[in-house]
Amino acid sequence: MPEDSAASGDQEPAAPSPGSGPARATPGRNSSRGRGPAPVRDGIGLGLAVGLSGLAFGAAAVSSGLSTWQACALSIFAFTGASQFALASVVATGGSLIAGTAGAILLGSRNTLYGLRLADLLSVRGPRKLIVAQGVIDECTAIALAQPDPPAARAGFRATFACLYLTWNLCTLAGALGAGRLGSPQAYGLDVVGPAAFLALIWPRLRAGRTERSVAVGGVVIALAATPFLPTGVPVILAAFAALAGALADPAAPLRGPA
Amino acid sequence: MTGVWIAVAVTAAGCYALKLAGLTVPQRVLDNPRVRRFAELVPVALLAALIAVQVATSGQSITIDPDRMAGLGAAVVALLLRAPFLAVIVAAAGTAALLHAAGVS
Repeated sequence: MPEDSAASGDQEPAAPSPGSGPARATPGRNSSRGRGPAPVRDGIGLGLAVGLSGLAFGAAAVSSGLSTWQACALSIFAFTGASQFALASVVATGGSLIAGTAGAILLGSRNTLYGLRLADLLSVRGPRKLIVAQGVIDECTAIALAQPDPPAARAGFRATFACLYLTWNLCTLAGALGAGRLGSPQAYGLDVVGPAAFLALIWPRLRAGRTERSVAVGGVVIALAATPFLPTGVPVILAAFAALAGALADPAAPLRGPA
Repeated sequence: MTGVWIAVAVTAAGCYALKLAGLTVPQRVLDNPRVRRFAELVPVALLAALIAVQVATSGQSITIDPDRMAGLGAAVVALLLRAPFLAVIVAAAGTAALLHAAGVS
């Protein structure tokens, strides 16, 4: 699924696997630093591994009550996994579609912030920007930021985007078509695929510092406390206040030179 | 069904617009350390909230679903063992599915 974080820190863009693990080849330690970068290889590996989770999205979406074409439309046009899973889960629980849509879009807002980081690095102008924009998601950003120079960053971005986009969309279709034959999503544990994927995606952030962990706990508390009182989807939006509090209490270090 | 299509279309358009906006907005915005920190922390807060909502609520009530909790627990174990992304997913789904099957029978 095209989602995760780890694409944000200035100091530690190195880990090529933002919570998804395929590039974490060396067990135990991160020893990739000294060797030559392989942006295309890492991008394709990450794209394949994460793209396969499109099966889970397709199946979960159809089990939630979306049609096959609705699931595919989300993967083709929204192409950002957390938002897609979020909308599907609101449809599944019969929650407010307006709140669900707002929550899904808000979840996509971090891609704006990735775009801010990437604009300079990828130096896209003109009509190409319209295509590149669709690739501004967690995985592509993480791979691009992990590269030592702009050409490698562009190569990594392109490889990740192309591979992930193809795999994610084909797997969404396959998962959606297969879901009818699968029966209850619970029988396959599909109802925990979303949460497990989200956890894997924020895991590197949680290890990064105390503020991150506090913000995560804050988000959980806000969402659970608001759940009984607000329509489905809204509590998740409110969790953004935990991020706001964390940002005010612990701002980022000033930029040192070109990021 | 029409409502769902509208939600799909608006979500898709909104998500795309947000991506494009980032490539277009002046870089100066990120000069503010608080804005940059907020950008880093938003996914942490929202995804943590989503995890909690999907595992521990049903509609508007707080309900602990043992299968899902166990699945999430398996994911934590897999992550602590530095398992790759897909292995984390498989561990979580497999655990929840096994418990579901055991509970049904």
